[in-house]
Amino acid sequence: MELNSRVPSGPLADKWNNHRFSNKLVNPANRRKYKVIVVGTGLAGASASATLAEQGYEVQTFCIQDSPRRAHSIAAQGGINAAKNYQNDGDSVHRLFYDTIKGGDFRAREANVYRLAEVSNEIIDQCVAQGVPFAREYGGTLANRSFGGAQVSRTFYARGQTGQQLLLGAYSALSRQIHAGNVKMFNRREMMDVVLVDGKARGITVRDVMTGEIESYYADVVILATGGYGNAYFLSTNAMASNVTAAWRAHKKGAGFANPSFVQIHPTCIPVHGDYQSKLTLMSESLRNDGRVWVPKKSDDKRPASQIPEEDRDYYLENKYPSFGNLVPRDVASRNAKEQCDEGKGVGNTGLAVYLDFADAIKRDGEETILKKYGNLFQMYEKITDSNPVEEPMLIYPAVHYTMGGLWVDYDLMTTIPGLFAIGECNFSDHGANRLGASALMQGLADGYFIIATSVANYLGTNSLDKVTGTEAPFKDSKQEVEERLDKLMQNSTGGPADKLTVDEVHKELGRLLWDHCGMAREEKSLEKALEELPEIKKKFWDSVYIPGIGKDLNQSLERAGRVADFLEFAEIMIRDALARKESCGCHLREESQTEEHEAKRDDENYTHVSVWEHISDEDPPQMHKEELEFEFVTPSQRSYK
Amino acid sequence: MSSINLTLKIWRQHNSDALGNLETYDLDDVHTDMSFLEMLDILNEKLTKEGKEPVAFDHDCREGICGMCGAVIDGIAHGPEKEVTLCQLHMRNFSNGDTIVIEPFRSRAFPVKKDLLVDRSALDRIIQSGGYVSVNTGGTPDGNSLPIPSSNAELAMDAAACIGCGACVASCPNGAAMLFTSAKISQLALLPQGQAEKKQRALSMVAQMDEEGFGNCTNAKECEAVCPKGISIRNIARLNREYLFAALTEG
Repeated sequence: MELNSRVPSGPLADKWNNHRFSNKLVNPANRRKYKVIVVGTGLAGASASATLAEQGYEVQTFCIQDSPRRAHSIAAQGGINAAKNYQNDGDSVHRLFYDTIKGGDFRAREANVYRLAEVSNEIIDQCVAQGVPFAREYGGTLANRSFGGAQVSRTFYARGQTGQQLLLGAYSALSRQIHAGNVKMFNRREMMDVVLVDGKARGITVRDVMTGEIESYYADVVILATGGYGNAYFLSTNAMASNVTAAWRAHKKGAGFANPSFVQIHPTCIPVHGDYQSKLTLMSESLRNDGRVWVPKKSDDKRPASQIPEEDRDYYLENKYPSFGNLVPRDVASRNAKEQCDEGKGVGNTGLAVYLDFADAIKRDGEETILKKYGNLFQMYEKITDSNPVEEPMLIYPAVHYTMGGLWVDYDLMTTIPGLFAIGECNFSDHGANRLGASALMQGLADGYFIIATSVANYLGTNSLDKVTGTEAPFKDSKQEVEERLDKLMQNSTGGPADKLTVDEVHKELGRLLWDHCGMAREEKSLEKALEELPEIKKKFWDSVYIPGIGKDLNQSLERAGRVADFLEFAEIMIRDALARKESCGCHLREESQTEEHEAKRDDENYTHVSVWEHISDEDPPQMHKEELEFEFVTPSQRSYK
Repeated sequence: MSSINLTLKIWRQHNSDALGNLETYDLDDVHTDMSFLEMLDILNEKLTKEGKEPVAFDHDCREGICGMCGAVIDGIAHGPEKEVTLCQLHMRNFSNGDTIVIEPFRSRAFPVKKDLLVDRSALDRIIQSGGYVSVNTGGTPDGNSLPIPSSNAELAMDAAACIGCGACVASCPNGAAMLFTSAKISQLALLPQGQAEKKQRALSMVAQMDEEGFGNCTNAKECEAVCPKGISIRNIARLNREYLFAALTEG
C-alpha cells in the first residue's frame, strides 16, 4: 500500500495557496459532464454536495435517514471554532493550528491542520451569509465562548444547538441545489459497497431500506461523508444509525484505515443507568465554562452533594491543572474522572459519575444568565434524569463520542483508492489522537465547503476516465456480493427464534468487550484477551442471530445486523491498532506508558506516525503500514495543561 | 427505580396499500427511567424472540434534535409531556396498569409506509421550494460586517429551532404545515440576509405547501401545543403577513 501524503512544499502558511494554484481545474462548461456521488448528508456531505452542484457538477447524494436534515451533525451542541480573533484576545490562524495539533497530541499532519485553521474564518462568513442565527452581542456583533484546550474565546455558537443550525444551513444550500435539479437526492439508502472499475472508484451499491432492493449507481468520483464508528461500542453518543459499514466496505476494497483505535471518550455525558439503555446523551463541553467538576475527598462518601461541605470536596481538575482548570482537553478530563471513580470517589447510584456543579456560577452571574446560556441543556438533562441542575449538581461520566481514526486520506482528502474521497469524521485527517471541542463542525464544513471541490477538480483534470454505465461486470459482481451477504444474514431466520440471539444481544456483547479492553485505558494483556474473545462473538453472531421478516422489505433488524456484522470485523483492527501503539497519546492511554502523574507519555522516537491498516483477506490478518509524521514547524512537546 | 406493567395498543400496517389495525401487547417490568423508544426496543426484542415482526418506527439521534422519531401517544403527538420528542419522553410519565395507544403521525401528506413509520418528504420539498438564502459557497463578506441586534438573532433562533418532525401537521385538524413553513419563513424574514428573496420565498413555499396537499390554518393552535421545540404560532402570523405583502406587491 503506497502512502503518499502529497503535502505541498513551501512554508506552512503558503502551502494551501500554492496547492490551489498548482492544481488542475475543470472548465465550468465541462463540469456538467462529470458525475459525483456523495454518501452522507451531515455537515461534510451536505456542504460538499451543495458546493459541487453550485460549481456545475452533476451530483447524486445519498442518505440513510428519511431526510438529509437528520444526519447526526445535527446533535452537536456547543459550537464551532474559528480564528477570527474578534475578541482581540491573542488568537490567530497560527494559534488555532497550534492548539489543534497540540490538542491532538502531535499525531496529526501539520499541513492539513494548518489548512483547517486557515479556512475556519471563511466558514463563519459562509454560515452567517446563509442566515445561521449565531449568538450575538447586544451591539450586534458575533458572540464567542471558550472551549477546552484553548485559552482564547474563539467558539461561535447558536445556543446549545450549533450543530443543528450549521447543518440546517448546509441542508438549505443542498435543498436549493436539489430544487435547481443539480443534485439528485436519494433518501433512505444505505451504502453497502463501493465499486471499482480499473482500480478507480466509479460507483456504489446501495440498499433501498424501504424495499430491500439492491441498486447500483455510477459516477466519476465517489465521496464518502459517512461519519464515525463510535457505535462499535453499542453505547455511545452517536445516533442509532451511525455505523462503519460504508468506510469498512471501502476498506475491504483497498482503502487504508488510519488509527482505528483513536476514539474520543467525552467527559461530560449522562451516566449509564440501566442495561436497557440504547444510547448515551452528551452534555456539551461548553458547560465546563461555568460548571465545576468535583468529587468527595473521601472515598465511599455517600452523603448527598448538598451535605458535603466545601472542605470535603475535591475540585480535582482545578487543583491538578490550575492554568486550564475545568477546561482541560477531553481526554484529560475523561481519564481523570475514571481515575476518581476507580479510587472509589465516584458518586451517584452506580459510583460511576462525578459532579458538574453550577452553584457558584449561579451565585456569581444569577440564574437567568446561566439559563440563557445553557437552558436547553439543563432542560434536556432534567427530562432524562428527573433532576434539576439549578438545584443539584449534574452527574456526569465519560462516554464514547467521536472517532479521530478513519479512512486514510492524502492532502487532497483522497483515500488509497483513486477517485474515492473521504471527508468529515469518516477520514482521519485533522484531529490526531484527540479532537478539541468545537473542531468537528469546523472540520466537516472545511472539508465540504472549501477543500473537496479543489481536490475533485484536480483529480478529474489529471485523470482520463473511461465511460461507465453502471452495467459493467464490477457493478454486477458487487451487487451479487451484497445480495449473497444479506442472504447469509437471513439464513438463520428460517428455523425460527428458538435458542437464537437478537442482533442487539450480540452488539451489546461486542460493546462490553471493546469498552472493557479498548476503552479509556488499554493494556497489552487485556487487549490480547479481547483479540482472543472477538472471534467467539463473531461466530456467535453468524451462527445464532435471528432476524425476523424478509430481506426484500423494510426490515430494521436486518439493517442493524448488517452494521453489527461490519463492526465485528472492524473491531479486530481497532484492537490490533491499540496493541501496536505501545505509547500513550491523546485518547490512547496505554497503562504501560504513563508519566509519574498518570499523564499520557508519548514515545516520539518510535510512534510519530499514522498507523494505516490494509485489508489482506478475510482469512489473513490485516497488515499495518506507517505514514511517518514530520514536524517542520512545531516541536512536539509533552502536553501540559497545568 | 421502579417498574410498571403496561398494555400497548399499537398501529400495525404492513405497507401503504395494506389495511392497518391496532394490535394489543402486554409489556411488564418497564423501568420508569426508560425513554419511550427504549420501551419500544424492549417490546421489539420480545416480539423478535417470539418470532413475530417487530414494530417499525423511525428514530435516530435519540436526544430530541434530529426530528426523526414521533408517534401519536393516546391522541397526542409525542405524548403527554410538554416540549419533548418521543425519544425524550420517559416512562415515569405513565402509571402501572396504563393502556397506551400508539399510532403513526397521520395526515394526507404523510402516507404511512409501515406501522409507525410515515413519509414526511413533503416537508423537504417545502424547504426546497425556497427555504434558504440563495448564496453560493465562497466570497461572502466578513461575519461581523452585518450587525444583527441580539434580540432579532434570538427571535430568529426561536424559529430556527424547528426540527421538522411533523408533529404540527399530525395534530392539526386541517393537516396544515403552517407552523413548519412559518418557522423557516420567520427565521429568514427576521434576519437581514433573508430580505432580498423574502417575497419570492413566501410565495413559493406557500404554493408548495398547497401542492403537497397540506391544509390551511384555522387557528386551532394544536400545532403549538405539541411542538417539541415550543415554536410559537406568532410565526404563522408572520408568515401570513409576509405572504400577504408579497401577494399584493408581486402577485
